[in-house]
Amino acid sequence: MVLYGTAALALCMLVGMLIGEVLGVLLGVDANVGGVGFAMIMLVLVADWLRRKELLPKPTEQGMLFWGAMYIPIVIAMASTQNVAEAVDGGPMAIAAGLAALLAGAALVPVLSRIGGQSEPLPAMTEEEKQEA
Amino acid sequence: MELVADILERNGLVFAFVVVGAMMMISGFLSRKLTRGRLQGSAIAIMLGLVLAYVGGVNTGGESGLADIAIFSGLGLMGGAMLRDLAIVATAYGVDLQEIKKSGAAGGLSLLLGVIVSFIVGALVAAAFGYTDPASLATIGSGAATYIVGPVTGTAVGAGSDVIALSVAAGLVKAVVVMVGTPMIAPLIGLNNPKSAMAFGGLMGTTSGVAGGLAATDKRLVPYGAMTATFYTGLACLLGPSIFYFMLRMMLG
Repeated sequence: MVLYGTAALALCMLVGMLIGEVLGVLLGVDANVGGVGFAMIMLVLVADWLRRKELLPKPTEQGMLFWGAMYIPIVIAMASTQNVAEAVDGGPMAIAAGLAALLAGAALVPVLSRIGGQSEPLPAMTEEEKQEA
Repeated sequence: MELVADILERNGLVFAFVVVGAMMMISGFLSRKLTRGRLQGSAIAIMLGLVLAYVGGVNTGGESGLADIAIFSGLGLMGGAMLRDLAIVATAYGVDLQEIKKSGAAGGLSLLLGVIVSFIVGALVAAAFGYTDPASLATIGSGAATYIVGPVTGTAVGAGSDVIALSVAAGLVKAVVVMVGTPMIAPLIGLNNPKSAMAFGGLMGTTSGVAGGLAATDKRLVPYGAMTATFYTGLACLLGPSIFYFMLRMMLG
């Protein structure tokens, strides 16, 4: 049943969100702290467990893979609903601050990547993977 | 005509699938013909989306880009936080847990560094534009973290509403430039493996920016970057109105 996969995914997201929200309350901040991150780790563990118990038939798996595949279209919809007009309206200071934050952060990526040994680049995408993207 | 618009409005989400599908087709075509596949179709589609968002925002004066135009309102649901987060979580399916464990230290450190660097850079830019009071500097520095943190800090430290609006704008600019800029700088900073993606997510922090930027770079990096980015806003909300503000007050007397 394809919905079992989607339902499991949805449940992981909701539980993760709940953890993030509780963590926010405990820390006294008005934000969800890592809800999506907890949900992702939960999904990885749950999927792994289900697979080992052989409770993850193909249709169930499809219910999760579909939403992963919908990621890029959803992000494109997200881009088209951003408040770009206000970002541009913010003037030179807002643009300078945003841009400087990107550049300063990006410059640190190579430094942090060195922690705990170099990582290998991912292999080039296969034609099949390109089709999905 | 009115009849058509009515149907599209009532079936907003379904029409959004058509709109995004069309955008992806056009972008894929442009990617193949104009850049010979060098610039990914999804990168072009995201830029196209941002341009349309600008057009929509300017025409309606609203806050949700193209979704402020009634027939495109379904884009707001499709690209809203709920489905976006569901899709991000779904990308974790098939993620290598070993990879996350291996990159845990780098990811955690990147979060702390990312928040601090954004605060400092934002405050420096604000100072360069003539702001001198700790409340304004802290607010704009927080906005350079993400557009959620700016108002949180601004409200807590009692910054003016014009400064808070600027901090939101700074955060929005960051989200947009991360979306557009990531595929361009990725080769320069070695953003081609899970560990550097986790560091990148923690350093940038803007969930929408990282989500869009990594999608346009290499889809397989998305779960790793998103995982760290999701902790960033909370951490910045914690540090912005407290330590960061107090440090500024101490430094500026």
